[in-house]
Amino acid sequence: MKKSVFFGTLAVAAMASGAVSAQSMLEQVQARGELLCGSNTGLVGFGAPDANGEWQGFDVAMCRAVAAAVLGDPNAVEFIPLTTTTRFTALASGEVDVLIRNTTWTFSRDVDLAFEFGGINYYDGQGFMVPRELGVSSAMELDGATVCIQTGTTTELNLADFFSSNNMSYEPVPIETNAEAQQQYLAGACDVYTTDTSGLAATRASFEDPGAHVILPEVVSKEPLGPVVRHGDNQWGDIVRWTLNGLISAEELGITSANVAELAAGTDVPEINRMLGSEGELGAMLGLENDWLVTVISSVGNYGEIFAQNIGEDTPVGLARGLNAQWTDGGLLYSPPFR
Amino acid sequence: MADINASRAFVRKEMLPEKTPPVAEAGALKWLRENLFSSVLNTILTILSVFVIYWILSHVTGWVVFGIWDAGSLSECRELRDARYGEGVSVACWSVLTDRWDQLMFGFYPSELYWRPILALLVFFVAIAPVLFDSLPRKMLLFSLAAPFICYWLLWGGMIWGPLAVAAGFALPVLVSRFGAGLLGPLGTTVAAVILPVLYWLFAAGPIAGALGSVLPIGITFIESNDFGGFMLAFIIGITGILLSLPLGVLLALGRQSDLFIINKFCVFFIEVIRGVPLIVWLFTASILLNYFLPPGTNFDLMLRVIIMVTLFASAYIAEVVRGGLAALPRGQYEGADSLGLDYAQSMRLIILPQALKISIPGIVNTFIGLFKDTTLVVFIGLLDPIGLSNAIRATTDWNGIYWELFIFIGLCFFVCCYSMSKYSQYLERKLRRDHR
Repeated sequence: MKKSVFFGTLAVAAMASGAVSAQSMLEQVQARGELLCGSNTGLVGFGAPDANGEWQGFDVAMCRAVAAAVLGDPNAVEFIPLTTTTRFTALASGEVDVLIRNTTWTFSRDVDLAFEFGGINYYDGQGFMVPRELGVSSAMELDGATVCIQTGTTTELNLADFFSSNNMSYEPVPIETNAEAQQQYLAGACDVYTTDTSGLAATRASFEDPGAHVILPEVVSKEPLGPVVRHGDNQWGDIVRWTLNGLISAEELGITSANVAELAAGTDVPEINRMLGSEGELGAMLGLENDWLVTVISSVGNYGEIFAQNIGEDTPVGLARGLNAQWTDGGLLYSPPFR
Repeated sequence: MADINASRAFVRKEMLPEKTPPVAEAGALKWLRENLFSSVLNTILTILSVFVIYWILSHVTGWVVFGIWDAGSLSECRELRDARYGEGVSVACWSVLTDRWDQLMFGFYPSELYWRPILALLVFFVAIAPVLFDSLPRKMLLFSLAAPFICYWLLWGGMIWGPLAVAAGFALPVLVSRFGAGLLGPLGTTVAAVILPVLYWLFAAGPIAGALGSVLPIGITFIESNDFGGFMLAFIIGITGILLSLPLGVLLALGRQSDLFIINKFCVFFIEVIRGVPLIVWLFTASILLNYFLPPGTNFDLMLRVIIMVTLFASAYIAEVVRGGLAALPRGQYEGADSLGLDYAQSMRLIILPQALKISIPGIVNTFIGLFKDTTLVVFIGLLDPIGLSNAIRATTDWNGIYWELFIFIGLCFFVCCYSMSKYSQYLERKLRRDHR
């Protein structure tokens, strides 16, 4: 009897879906009134629920931005926690509308898994952390070290590449989660802990004596993280991409959550006018309200504000902008023009 | 004769009062000597053990007892500790529990509605009591039958008509067997009693509930499964799995013993396949593989999928445990039942199963305890059970770096639940013992 209920549900679901798939993603999300955002099960600074169950973080703010653009409400998001194993299937099967979960943009994910990356919201890279008392100042001095490494991630492969290309040997200490890695590293089970530098910074910030540990200057991999959508609905992909670009451009042009309402009335900078909808029809081209970016920026702020609020130097995570500064400040953030 | 009497200088006429035994042969000293210091080797082992216990306690007790309960974050905890005990002393930071207590218990369930899961738990206890203890009035069992629907409605909320419409389906087989027997014959009645409710649940229950809901909107706020988490999630998955897997497992065990070819082979296949694959694989199947089979955009509740998988998995184990109990019964019991003229259902219900299940109690409870602990595996598919929440809590800047406190608390909660199950099973075994009295 259980089985028949089960298959019955399948059958009913199959019938119901016929009607759904004819709609575009935008229509689906707007009809649902809620954005299903694939998020982290918990990563310091990037996405985690606070004591009230409210999701907070850098990636979470990006989800809220898309929700604000599409639905006009930054809180109309349902966060679906996904693990590294479940994230791509959840996106491919339509369980989430967009995946914003510190996902590295790689060739095979983009091409082979049939996903589309909507730009890069964080430039990360793999680094090393060692206790200061070891006196190591460069990753080139790590020959023969024991290294704590999370299994099944790209960091594991990068580590092997780095050591073999520099003719050095290492002894891996495989661990499962970041929390476990912290314990192992602090207990001295390994000399070196390696993961993305943002993760290293967050981990070090949680130590009793952060000053006793150094993050080595070498960054041994490129980890461009960005929001991901499925192939097949380019309008939806454009919305995610241009929401991110809008956040970046807003910082470049000096639009903040504080002054956006004032600027929306019209300025003498044509690009600001086009972005905020007082000139042209850019929002309508995306199928959104013409003042969509006003809603986005007034609710979550521009890229710089999101960064400063969640992972910036004044937060416990304490990341410098580095590569994630505007191109005008020597970083890599470079949004195509709104024209 | 007088000689003999005269040769005895003293004959005791009265009993001596009992003397206390020598100091070394009584009380604590005797126990110590016999159990701890009976030989040189034992003495050495005793001293070693005492030292090890002391060493562990001396390290752990202070850490636990002097733990800090009133901080808002790990860094605040460390400041308080430095102020109270001096720098570098190792003490627990239990404040993470007070700070995130609600989340560990209820997940993201809206805080103003916490009374609903608590009430549901009370309903569950009241409902399970007459099943567990037969000294309670039997009338309470009627409430037990209604309890699953009440609990469902309290937990998820929504219109009251949904659970009522589903519950009404259980009346169908009763009606069919009462009024349809003459019309359909015995086989027809059985088939109709199975198929009618299924058809009703698939096609009629939804619309009926919807129609009633639009006429008489009686309901409470609907809560989505995504908001469920913490121990509430573990309890819901565990309890539902336990309650559903027992009857299913018994049916499978009987099916495996059946002479009917298709039923027998189906049960054997089901048990072996489900049991032969790790639970984590079934959970991944539920969360990932099913998504590929289901058309995009369908929302088949992940929690429901997990409950189904956990139930099927546990029922396969229960089936084998019960089969062991069935096999342990002497053939004479089966033959005796037949010779009394009982039909299959009666002989199973009155003679075979009561004995087989009694034999199987330790195995069944063993499976239940395993099932309850296995609910923590859902962390791998992104459900926020206590372990999943501990990761999420650790991912906030406030509590990043806290480790043992959460795991110790979660372990303690699981231990309390599993130990009570174990104690109950021992009570049940003692109560049901019929031999060697």
